[in-house]
Amino acid sequence: MPNRPLLPLRKRKVNKMAAEQKESVFKYFVRQITSLPRTPGNIATLVIFAFGALITIMRFTLGIDSVSNLDDNNPWGIWIGFDLMCGVALAAGGYTCSSACYLLGFKRYHSAVRPAITTAFLGYLFVVIALLYDVGQPWRLPYPLTVSFGTTSILFEVGLCVGIYLSVLFIEWSPVAMEWLMSIRQSEGENAVHPKVYKALVWLRPYLRRIRKIVLWMTIPLTVMGVILSTMHQSSLGSLFLIVPSKLHPLWYSAFLPVFFFVSSMAAGLSMVIFEGTLAHKALHNKMDETHLAEADGVVLGLGRACSVILAGYFMMKIMDIGMDHDWHWLFTGYGAWFCVELIGFVAVPCMLYAMGARERKTCYMRWAAALTVAGIIVNRFNVSMVAFNWQLPSVDRYFPSFLEVMLSVFIVTCIVTAYRFIAAKMPMLYELKEFKSHH
Amino acid sequence: MKRRAFLSLLTGSAAAAALPVKAKAAGGEFSGHPDNMAVLTDLTKCIGCRKCETACSKVNDLPAPVKGEDRSVFAEQRRTHADIYTVVNQYNADGKSVYRKMQCMHCQEPACATACFVKAFTKNPDGSVTYDPTLCVGCRYCMVSCPFNIPAYRYDSALNPVVRKCTMCHPRLQEGKLPGCVEACPTGALVFGKRSEILAIARKRIADNPGKYVDHIYGEHEMGGTAWLTISGVDFSKVGMREDLGTKAAAEYTTGVLGALPMVVGFWPIVLGGAYFMNKRKDEIAKEEQEAAVAAAVDQERQRGEAAAKKALDKAASDAKKAQDKAVEAAKKEAREALLAEQAAAAAAEKEGE
Repeated sequence: MPNRPLLPLRKRKVNKMAAEQKESVFKYFVRQITSLPRTPGNIATLVIFAFGALITIMRFTLGIDSVSNLDDNNPWGIWIGFDLMCGVALAAGGYTCSSACYLLGFKRYHSAVRPAITTAFLGYLFVVIALLYDVGQPWRLPYPLTVSFGTTSILFEVGLCVGIYLSVLFIEWSPVAMEWLMSIRQSEGENAVHPKVYKALVWLRPYLRRIRKIVLWMTIPLTVMGVILSTMHQSSLGSLFLIVPSKLHPLWYSAFLPVFFFVSSMAAGLSMVIFEGTLAHKALHNKMDETHLAEADGVVLGLGRACSVILAGYFMMKIMDIGMDHDWHWLFTGYGAWFCVELIGFVAVPCMLYAMGARERKTCYMRWAAALTVAGIIVNRFNVSMVAFNWQLPSVDRYFPSFLEVMLSVFIVTCIVTAYRFIAAKMPMLYELKEFKSHH
Repeated sequence: MKRRAFLSLLTGSAAAAALPVKAKAAGGEFSGHPDNMAVLTDLTKCIGCRKCETACSKVNDLPAPVKGEDRSVFAEQRRTHADIYTVVNQYNADGKSVYRKMQCMHCQEPACATACFVKAFTKNPDGSVTYDPTLCVGCRYCMVSCPFNIPAYRYDSALNPVVRKCTMCHPRLQEGKLPGCVEACPTGALVFGKRSEILAIARKRIADNPGKYVDHIYGEHEMGGTAWLTISGVDFSKVGMREDLGTKAAAEYTTGVLGALPMVVGFWPIVLGGAYFMNKRKDEIAKEEQEAAVAAAVDQERQRGEAAAKKALDKAASDAKKAQDKAVEAAKKEAREALLAEQAAAAAAEKEGE
């Protein structure tokens, strides 16, 4: 008698399984995407993706001309000035956080490393994807490393380092994905994993386990490589402009551009970790484990204090540079006023805010300072690559981005945010899985 | 094995970073191929007929100039474009109209060639700077780096956009012909020849006509020298030629930084490796100290425990002894009493028996 209610249930389950088996893997993934809730955020993402698709089609059928305001005098616009210059600088949290935690002994920042590495990996990945739109013949991007080596070019070094560092970041980040894939268990009903996919996952498990062990074993050398490569290409993004003393405004042109770019990237990376952590705390609080929540304030205060020191040093270096180049008189021009806005509003002010936050132990000061610093990095990179570049040209020959150009950058940022949301929702980024808990 | 693999990785990247330095060892010392050719533009002889533009478009298979050779184009300043390798602009300098032809300056050590990360630009022995469209990725760093704003880009091409610029008619030079513009110039404003001879001609013209020319040959030293030289009757800045470019070749601005890179590769592992091992050692010491402290505490506790136990044992022993003594005492007493009682009883019996 007690078996009786089970019968129809089992029958239904069998039917369900049969239905699932009929569903193709492709349709399974389509169902996964189309069944996402229609929240305002998701709908906005969809609209921006539609723009992205449109721009992609136009770029590769009608040419760069059809979507951008780039011209012969202004070969680099926001795709370089924002997507590349800011993307790389804001992804600097990866090497700063991982080296603080693994090399400099700040073990309490451990919970900040995974989100930082994830952001860095996504940042660099989409820097490269944005470049596919900007360079004329993206299918030739491997040429500098395979066909013809232009070793006198700073861009050669940037390309080499960004290429290697993207691979390093992928390896550093891969345990997040591997732990997720290994932890997937079969469930029933709507959320059931497609049997074929599940079979593949089960087959993969032992291999992933082994690879993950190797990757964790390589943590220290990978972190050191991350610092070397980052020093080289973060600074080289500044060195790119060393070749144009006649085109870049004297207040921004300096023989120390590579130093400025490297030092400011450290502040940018740390501030981005704080800034992004603030947003994540609002939206993804439920995805954070106790360790992450317990360490969060300490991380913000510690990183913020570091930022305040870095920004103070950066401020001093910029002032000394004006002195060394005898650029004081330029400060009393329009460009000089804008330079002061950048240096005071986006360097000195956040520096003080960070210092106050450290003294009063108030994370809210730190969060505002982080937002200002992130904005400041964007202002600085825009100034060097666009605002102060070609400053001697008449205004008709100057550059202003087109609507679709801006939309492509918005699309790239949306891609990063979407990927981050996916990773935060599914993968052990803001928490540790019990079976993979690290012993440190 | 682990350490060796890591070190070989590092030396590998050090070698890769060292490459640019080797390639640039001659940076700043190259002053052009021997006997390279050059063109002289004498602005005092240019009448703005723009026959050079027409000839240029013809020999390079470019669309004919818009509005033909009509002078109305002078209403605005033009620059080179993907389909226009040379333009003549009109300037109002010192109250008179001066015309200036603009094209690639064919630098002796070109910024574009330094900047190109696939070596698509070549400085040929004849002095011309040419471009290989089959290598170009389309990063446009050459256009960014050019101090004269010359290279242009085919932004309208979706699948094969390339950089376009004057070649100094390199293909024609190889056939022994003159550059198209020089051949077409009706006034002798353009002169083609060996750079050394062209410089001599320019100097002679300036010397022979006191007051007619500004005493400067533009391109002799600008940006490390160019293969297109210009002499003028008015200040060069008045005909849109920048006088603040300096005499350093573009490569000299970047050599130093590229040379410092191998040091970065060597420097960081020392500092970071040091920090890592210092922290590791610190942790180990902390652990050792903690262990020692724990051991000491345990030891102390054990000693205290032992002492207490001993005390307890002693107490127990003395207690036992006391109890024993007491028992013995009691037994003795009892025995004595018993004896006394017995004696008393015996005495009583004796008395009764009597």
